[in-house]
Amino acid sequence: MRKILIAATTAILATGASLFGASAADKLKVGFIYLGPIGDLGWTYQHDIGRQAVIKEFGDKIETTYLENVSEGPDSERSIEQLARAGNKLIFTTSFGYMEPTLKVAKKYPNVHFEHATGYKRDKNLSTYSGRFYEGRYIQGIIAAKMSKSGVLGYIASFPIPEVISGINATMLGAQTINPNIKVKIIWANTWFDPGKEADAAKALIDQGADIIMQHTDSPAAMQVAAERGKLAFGQDSEMIKFGPKAQLTSTMNNWGPYYIQRVKAELDGTWKSEDFWGGLKSKLVVMAPYTNMPDDVKKLAMETEAAITEGKLQPFKCPIVGQDGKEVECKGGTHLDDGQVLGMNFYVKGIDEKIPGK
Amino acid sequence: MGLIEAIILAVLAASTPLLLAATGELVTERAGVLNLGVEGMMIVGAACGFGGAWLSGSIIVGALCGIVAGVLMSLIFALMTLGLAVNQVATGLALTILGIGLSGLIGSRFVGEKISLAPHLYVPGLTDIPLIGRILFGEDAFVYLSLALVIGVWFFLYKTRAGLILRAAGDNHASAHALGYPVLRIRMFAVMFGGACAGLAGAYLPLAYTPFFIPGMTAGRGWIALALVVFASWLPGRLVIGAYLFGAVTILQLHAQGWGVGVPSQLMSALPYLATVIVLVLISRARTGGSTAPAALGTVFVPDR
Repeated sequence: MRKILIAATTAILATGASLFGASAADKLKVGFIYLGPIGDLGWTYQHDIGRQAVIKEFGDKIETTYLENVSEGPDSERSIEQLARAGNKLIFTTSFGYMEPTLKVAKKYPNVHFEHATGYKRDKNLSTYSGRFYEGRYIQGIIAAKMSKSGVLGYIASFPIPEVISGINATMLGAQTINPNIKVKIIWANTWFDPGKEADAAKALIDQGADIIMQHTDSPAAMQVAAERGKLAFGQDSEMIKFGPKAQLTSTMNNWGPYYIQRVKAELDGTWKSEDFWGGLKSKLVVMAPYTNMPDDVKKLAMETEAAITEGKLQPFKCPIVGQDGKEVECKGGTHLDDGQVLGMNFYVKGIDEKIPGK
Repeated sequence: MGLIEAIILAVLAASTPLLLAATGELVTERAGVLNLGVEGMMIVGAACGFGGAWLSGSIIVGALCGIVAGVLMSLIFALMTLGLAVNQVATGLALTILGIGLSGLIGSRFVGEKISLAPHLYVPGLTDIPLIGRILFGEDAFVYLSLALVIGVWFFLYKTRAGLILRAAGDNHASAHALGYPVLRIRMFAVMFGGACAGLAGAYLPLAYTPFFIPGMTAGRGWIALALVVFASWLPGRLVIGAYLFGAVTILQLHAQGWGVGVPSQLMSALPYLATVIVLVLISRARTGGSTAPAALGTVFVPDR
């Protein structure tokens, strides 16, 4: 009797396991590694919206897992490997600092496909992807110059890395098409995320005469300060109009969803290949929030600029580009700076009075 | 509003959470307990403070929620270090890690929500005085409350018998115990006071600074508060000076960048910490006289019965 019981139990367990195994094998498992909490309202938040778009698109065909608050560097290697061992076949690692760990884990798991955001190291099973956020900044520069009464823009920057510097330059190039004498005051917060400090920086910029606030830090603090002081501002990463209904002009939003859907589809179809994807307005990886709190002519100009960039008629880094030192920058892309020059940008354009920290 | 006035107002606001948290920690350390969990208590205070204000629509309810959350967090610490005599440094660090996780869990419901900021005071006549009116009578109530709190703590520590006993427990717990004072109970109240202040300091951020909650929004202010207590060499008066100095450096370095002063911003960001290191060196060189750390700071006390 006892033996029969054991046998029956084993049989039930085995069927259960095989059933479970079968359903798990049918589903494609997709993993995500996040730098911050999904509630940061900025960078990680937008990646998670992308993940949710994937679920909405593919429903039962896939299963997603995410690990949040994964610090960059060696620690992340364990987390990435954990996802690979748990059977995820496609893994997105969503911060620059995961570059080396992703590369290492990718070598160890040749049958798993990896995608690393904002990095530049690729492998047979490791793609990279990022956004041309400078395209949005160029439009913001045009709007800012149109809307500014004082002619002084306030810019809260995070760290002097090429992505941030190209954003400042694109803003100024856009602004100079409207007002050649426009000035920008830049405050380096030396952090991506510290709402209190970002708010303090916004206050300092406004107190020093800036009437348009733009930021390359992640929280809506600066937007809220601008709203409180009756100034205008641009959002960052995500829609921030809730924090400044009368202040937000637009926001350069990171829209990862379409890319994630495209890549998951490729994985499902068996057509996934290692690539380098750098998407902007055209591929809708960069999306502008609705143009608000501005007169119709400015709105029209902004939309025309957006359309021109989307169609490829307008290049934010169109040659000739003159550096801060008054010398013309070499034009490697023919009519505009090439991607390498933008990705490695470490100079200010003419019209910016300040110096890049540490230079 | 003049630029100088604007800067002073910004400094007042930036210094207040530091001053609140550091005042609580000063009392805790004066009783001989080193609680490194200030950051954790603060962030839980921020989450609960925002939650309370968002649900009730009242800033005062929010502040009370922050205080209660801070006290509850500090009770975990008290249970571990006073009840079970666990190492204080390790427990404090664990409390910070716990707090960061817990606040994310509590706050996940409130992310993306917004409240209206604590109102700035307006005293008819006084607030309108040019230059000093806005500064002395026109900030939010927490700013003045924090100053009143420090004065209260100073009075308690140096002018009352209870304060003397608390300091005795922090300097020599064996003697205090021998004299019949309940060392552990005194320390528990000190730890709870520290928790209440840290909770309020955390709640100040979403209630009066940036009116939303985001995980990790305290961004290291709890650690600055800990450094401030050392900077102040455990004296309430110096704590006020230190807190406003830290606040001033934070704000001025932002303005200096806007003016284009040619000092690297990274160096200016590091200045408050550099100042703490220098003060630590000065304290250790001037061991004789002056105030130093409470003698029993960080040591575990198990009464022999």
